[in-house]
Amino acid sequence: MREYLLGNAAIARGLLEAGVGVVAGYPGTPSSEIIESIVEGKGETAVHVEWSVNEKVALEVAAGASWTGCRAAATMKHVGLNVAADPFMTLGYLGVGSGLVVISADDPYCHSSQNEQDSRRYCQFAGIPCLDPKNPGEAKEMAAYAFELSERFNIPVMLRPTTRVSHARSDVEVADARPALRQGRFVKDPARRVALPIHARPLHTELLAKQAALEEALESAPWNNLVLKGNVGVIASGIAGLYAEEAVEELGEEISLLSLGTYPLPKKLISRMLEHVSRVMVIEELEPVVEEQVQILARTVNPNVGILGKDGFIPREGELDYLLVRNAIARMIGRPERTAVAGTASSILPARPPSLCPGCSHRATYYAMKKVFGKKAIYPSDIGCYTMAVNMGTIDTCLCMGASITLASGIRHGGEKEGICCSLGDSTFLHGGMTGLLNAAYNKARITVTILDNSTTAMTGHQSNPGTGVTATGKATVQVSLESLAKALGAGLVETVDPYQLDETMESFARAKEYPGLSVIISRRPCVIIARKKGDRPKPFQVNKDCTGCKSCVNFGCPAIEFDNDMAKINSLCTGCGVCAAICPANAIVEVI
Amino acid sequence: MRTSECDMVIVGVGGQGVILISDVIGRAAVLAGKPVCGAETHGMAQRGGSVINHTRIGCRFSPMVASGGADVLVALEPGEALRYAHFLSPRGVALVNTRPVLPTTVTAGLAKYPYLEDILAPIKAQCKRVTAIDATAIASLAGTAQAMNVVMLGALSRYIPLKEETILEALTQVVPPRFLEANNRAFALGKAEVE
Repeated sequence: MREYLLGNAAIARGLLEAGVGVVAGYPGTPSSEIIESIVEGKGETAVHVEWSVNEKVALEVAAGASWTGCRAAATMKHVGLNVAADPFMTLGYLGVGSGLVVISADDPYCHSSQNEQDSRRYCQFAGIPCLDPKNPGEAKEMAAYAFELSERFNIPVMLRPTTRVSHARSDVEVADARPALRQGRFVKDPARRVALPIHARPLHTELLAKQAALEEALESAPWNNLVLKGNVGVIASGIAGLYAEEAVEELGEEISLLSLGTYPLPKKLISRMLEHVSRVMVIEELEPVVEEQVQILARTVNPNVGILGKDGFIPREGELDYLLVRNAIARMIGRPERTAVAGTASSILPARPPSLCPGCSHRATYYAMKKVFGKKAIYPSDIGCYTMAVNMGTIDTCLCMGASITLASGIRHGGEKEGICCSLGDSTFLHGGMTGLLNAAYNKARITVTILDNSTTAMTGHQSNPGTGVTATGKATVQVSLESLAKALGAGLVETVDPYQLDETMESFARAKEYPGLSVIISRRPCVIIARKKGDRPKPFQVNKDCTGCKSCVNFGCPAIEFDNDMAKINSLCTGCGVCAAICPANAIVEVI
Repeated sequence: MRTSECDMVIVGVGGQGVILISDVIGRAAVLAGKPVCGAETHGMAQRGGSVINHTRIGCRFSPMVASGGADVLVALEPGEALRYAHFLSPRGVALVNTRPVLPTTVTAGLAKYPYLEDILAPIKAQCKRVTAIDATAIASLAGTAQAMNVVMLGALSRYIPLKEETILEALTQVVPPRFLEANNRAFALGKAEVE
């Protein structure tokens, strides 16, 4: 049966149809829907699926499961792989029990990310094979095949979709899920499970020796496809293969084409292409991983072949698209380029940046924070919805998960004398902020840490976390107390506020500002999207005739507040949080009766 | 030569229901046995930002429509129609919901929202035909303003190589049963807008 599936749902189907037993991950665009689709589809099998506290944890959980003879997968976005890099780099040495698949979803163009790193480089670095799908159908086939490859070569395998695969949809053939195969027994084998130097040295030799055999096995994989025609060629990897196939079809020229989807790269196929052509263009998103290999091979196979790619034809940053690829190929063969239609929008259209929702409690927290700490204070922040508050002047840094607290500490130790108030969400705190808080306490950083606790992982689509009291499958579980955690990690002052109560929140911030040590403010108010879904819909507010047009409420930045005819106006987006009423100096904002 | 039977881009503001339209089209194409692919906006931009969805029927290549290649542009918001008008082929048609959603840059008084005529004129210059539809009002007539996207789907159904009954069958797969009647009315009213 064929279904119209999101790439991530297709990956989840591939895992389920391969009899996966454990899936662990941390949410991150564009990877989040893999776990969610496993939860939806798991009714059919006894798979254990979890939102882990972070990506390192997820990969280790999956590795442990694999070592009991259970097929396991860990899911994350590309920057999550940095967090998981520690186990990732050594798992290639130790190997697997049953198949272990690491899914790292890359985000060329930073659609929803802080960088555009290329996970294929990590695989080269770790000696771990990588499968690079070009569409949801391939992603599903590869997810299932990855387990076989992992088991055959006793090595973890990476599946590396990009945004345009994870968040693409297409018609995909689906079958029944296979019951999870579980041996459920950890077999003791210190030489392969204990990475002592005496074990690691021979395992490194073994890992290096596997590479040639892996390459040989992947050479004939169905996702590497060579069509030899004319003496001009294109080598394209991942989704670039689709753009190239479409361009060759549209141009109607006799162009030789090699589409690639596996690493280590199939050197025989590449060599056959290089022997056949006089010029070849290498087309891939981000890093020249394929191009470098092609250049090395060409030295022995065909030193005279012209190799085109990152040097002037294909950008090394951003994502590719059809026109870019088509025009690069057209330039190579001397055909006219097709110019993109010029947009006429920019001159008259206002920008529409994403913004905090109407009634979002983060806006209220930041308003109170800035009122108390002032314009000169330093505001390190973090990864989450709240980064969209950058226009409020309370987001001075955003580096990586949990870095708000540690950057704040460094800024203090570096000599900054102004107030320092950093902020991060509940999920981000639990993911990567706890160690930073412990470090700040231990090393006596005088800073204020604000935990914006909306009791969910909102930015990525409202996933649960250890602060929410429910698991990925919706089962009740332990609900950790952020207050107790903050105290246990060594914070001196810990206060909890409701950010909708502006006065109370500002008083707390004032105490934190004066506190001569490490202070933590937990600003707690459930995400307004979830609250409204649960039926919490207080009466909206309106502006009465006492409005003086001072714009205090407008400057607050809520999408529900407009400015019209020299007066503020509250529109239908109002969620009734009432914060603007507390801000209004003329008391002109009142509940709708 | 063409590499797809029908290319469309569906645009709007995060939360307006852009994905539902492409999901229905995709499912209908699968029911009809045609290859189909598309690309969506998820993540950060969904929070009130501008969103675009590409859908290609009868296509085995990339999920994204090329600039200047769309046979149909469906816009759930007029400003967003203009933002993405460069996707339209000169032979393409644009279906535009005329009800604006003001961006925060406008509500905060930092920018002005353009007049509808000034939005539609440059789109008209870029394609064969523009059909302006007050889909939000029509959806209210059908019983729920939420079905604005289904009004636009009804209008879109005129231009795509799929049978109406197939599209409606796919609609029943994604709409909760209790909203189905209102959505079917919304579909029919939207379709009537381009008769």
